Amino acid sequence: MHPSTWLKTDDIGLFCEPGGFYIDPMSPVSTALVTHGHADHARAGHDSVYTSAETLAIMRTRYGEDMSPHQYTVEMDIPLHFNDVRVTFYPAGHILGSSQILIEHAGYRVVVSGDYKRRHDPTCPPFKVIPCDIFITEATFGLPVFKHPPIEDEIEKLLQSLRVFPNSCHLVGAYALGKCQRVIIALREAGYHQPIYLHGAQLKLCELYQSFGIDLGKLIPVSEIADKTALSGNIVIAPPSALADRWSRSLPNVRTVMTSGWMQIRARAKQRSAELPLIISDHCDWPELLQTINEVNPKEVWVTHGREDALMYQAEKMGYKARALSLVGYDEDTQGES
Amino acid sequence: MEAFSQLLEQLYFTSSTKAKAKLIADYLKRTPDPDRGWAVAAIAGTLTFDFFKRNTVKRLISERVDPALFAMSYDYVGEVSETVAHLWPDFQPRSPLPSLSEVVECFSSVSKKNVSAVLADYLTMMTPAQRWALLKLGTRGLRIGVSARSIKQVLADYGGKDIKEIETLWHAVHPPYDNMLTWLDGNAPKPDIKNAVTFHPVMLSHPIDDETIQHYQEGEWQIENKYDGIRVQLSCNTVKDEPEKALYSRTGDDISPSFPDMLESLSGHMVLDGELLVMHGERVDTFNALQQRLNKKKPSAALISQYPVGLVVYDALVLNGTSLTERPLKYRREMLEKWLADNGNNRLHISSLLHANSVEALRNLHETVCQNRAIEGLMLKQRDSSYIPGRPKGKWYKWKRDPLVVDAVIMYAQRGHGKRSSFYSDFTFGAWENAQLLPIGKAYSGFTDEELKKLDNWVRRNAIGRFGPVREVKKALVVEVAFDAVHPSTRHKSGVALRFPRIHRIRWDKPADEADTLATLKGLIET
Repeated sequence: MHPSTWLKTDDIGLFCEPGGFYIDPMSPVSTALVTHGHADHARAGHDSVYTSAETLAIMRTRYGEDMSPHQYTVEMDIPLHFNDVRVTFYPAGHILGSSQILIEHAGYRVVVSGDYKRRHDPTCPPFKVIPCDIFITEATFGLPVFKHPPIEDEIEKLLQSLRVFPNSCHLVGAYALGKCQRVIIALREAGYHQPIYLHGAQLKLCELYQSFGIDLGKLIPVSEIADKTALSGNIVIAPPSALADRWSRSLPNVRTVMTSGWMQIRARAKQRSAELPLIISDHCDWPELLQTINEVNPKEVWVTHGREDALMYQAEKMGYKARALSLVGYDEDTQGES
Repeated sequence: MEAFSQLLEQLYFTSSTKAKAKLIADYLKRTPDPDRGWAVAAIAGTLTFDFFKRNTVKRLISERVDPALFAMSYDYVGEVSETVAHLWPDFQPRSPLPSLSEVVECFSSVSKKNVSAVLADYLTMMTPAQRWALLKLGTRGLRIGVSARSIKQVLADYGGKDIKEIETLWHAVHPPYDNMLTWLDGNAPKPDIKNAVTFHPVMLSHPIDDETIQHYQEGEWQIENKYDGIRVQLSCNTVKDEPEKALYSRTGDDISPSFPDMLESLSGHMVLDGELLVMHGERVDTFNALQQRLNKKKPSAALISQYPVGLVVYDALVLNGTSLTERPLKYRREMLEKWLADNGNNRLHISSLLHANSVEALRNLHETVCQNRAIEGLMLKQRDSSYIPGRPKGKWYKWKRDPLVVDAVIMYAQRGHGKRSSFYSDFTFGAWENAQLLPIGKAYSGFTDEELKKLDNWVRRNAIGRFGPVREVKKALVVEVAFDAVHPSTRHKSGVALRFPRIHRIRWDKPADEADTLATLKGLIET
């Protein structure tokens, strides 16, 4: 039986009928399989949650210990069974704990890749190519204009700005989960060993990353700094929503830095009032999306959230059958996570 | 080219005017001639030719990129140059890149049939950001938020000069401005512009105060209508070998191309100061009529005949080649009257003098004048004042008519810039049509810092939606909006546009449904 008859989207998420589970459901369900911890994929209140140990930890950090009565840790590469559906988790390379989910049923192999990337990321194992019949891919940056430069180049721009504006507090907008830690690590790898100052929203998740053995260097909450003028010439990381907010007014001589894949497009960067836009993304750029489809070499490509049209067009040009899979809750304007 | 691209990149993302000025000044300091002069020209918009046509760019990219993917990308990016910059498939970096002046010279000398090939070569050796700079430069479409006026200020600050000196020089020097920049560096004398037709910085007025009105003495003042057009300066020298004529805005922009009808029949050697208006013979048309002619670089013959312009002259800086700026106004006026009598031209009209023999009469005059919607109020100029550029105190006064006011409802708010950044300080407000509010305008000013804080707070508590940087708010707060006039407009859904709207008072007390209707506003349209 073709998966289009048993794997469907509804207003909660992607539902596997024979297995009786949802993947990344948006409202509480009895059984949820979760690819990763971003809020547009991981929600609280499910009766049973199956996901990686790291993702469970992230969900508990965000939603509390009691975010779900039954929490099951899934090991990578080890199959689970839901009725006659076989499910296996594989690394997706997106953020700490992120997974793809292989579903095998009725002679078909379907890979739900969740969000993924192909660049090196020291906080998670790399994306694994899983052969399958149907590959469900995101298309967040599914347009040929998106080519993410190396993170080292972008970090160098920030360091250069610190040299040119030595008295400015560099306020960096970075999503609290994934982006923030990746930026910190890239700064450390580039030889920046000053303390990095954090907005309250970034603290807990950074501590969580550290508890998984990821070294982030010296981090100091902004709230512990009584005299904020001491922050001139330093780096403060805050959620993107705090950049233009009143919170930032207490900082001295602010230079606004924004980290996101969207920063490649001038108008988007301008809308975010970024004075220094850095193109740093936890998603694939266009060449990587095409590379992945080539390597996975499925029979069909199903395209979800983002700019599906162009990726479908291109996949068909490459000889694959392609269709759009509209999922709820994946709004392109959850920009910060991209 | 690297430095120029980097400068544009930084200017594009910098919002504060001060920081922009600093970036440009730094660039001028470390960049040699003639590169920096070309950059100034590019920013000021004084390059005189397109390096290549937009169509050339479109053709080049359509030969290299799948048209469907280009269309989808363009649809998302929203701008051709940036889309092309990202999608250009070939990249063979060259270091260093040709300099800005090499690029300019190359495009100015290349034959038409080779333009495409040259452009393709350049695009291939550049990064996306550099390609964007080249494409914007080459089609003269830089939009980096630096006006022609502010670049003059930057140059003045850079050389430690008064902006008036730059304004005077501006139309007599040409890209790449080596002579001006070397002078600003202190390494050469000021460029000689004796015979050139150029802008003379204008004399401006202050709003009148009650005390000045109370001390009014007949005979001391020249009283004129304050016309509702645009202040211009007409500069003409047809007696030299290469005759020149130009019409400048009050900030020194050359607006001659928009008004060929004004200039064609003029001759002589003079500089006149006056108000540009749409005039049907002696009859002055509304500002709205004039607006049809503004910013049209190549007006059609039909537009020109439908909205012919004329100049109401109120002062003369130069007549028959003689400078009059040191002379008192009464003398200049006398000379002007004589000159106009001798050099009659149906586009030139002398501004009529009004009279009042007492404070009382002056007040009555103001009231009478203001009943005419084509007149903005009165001008009072001291008859013994010489022509002093800038805004000298106590010489010229404007006495505007009282503004119109309307009660409108705040609909949207946006954060401001500069010292107001992060405060919601830009407001869109609307008037009622039946049960629906239609936006009628935007205002950024008119409130105190204290009120700004309260407004900001109100927006945050009453936001109900978001469109990019714009917040939609609950339709609950009434503001009294003051404005100078209301015009019919096809651009706005409400069908009206306000002139100089500003927030007059915040009506925390007034319920939204008691705000004014669109019909009330339409009743104020001048005819």
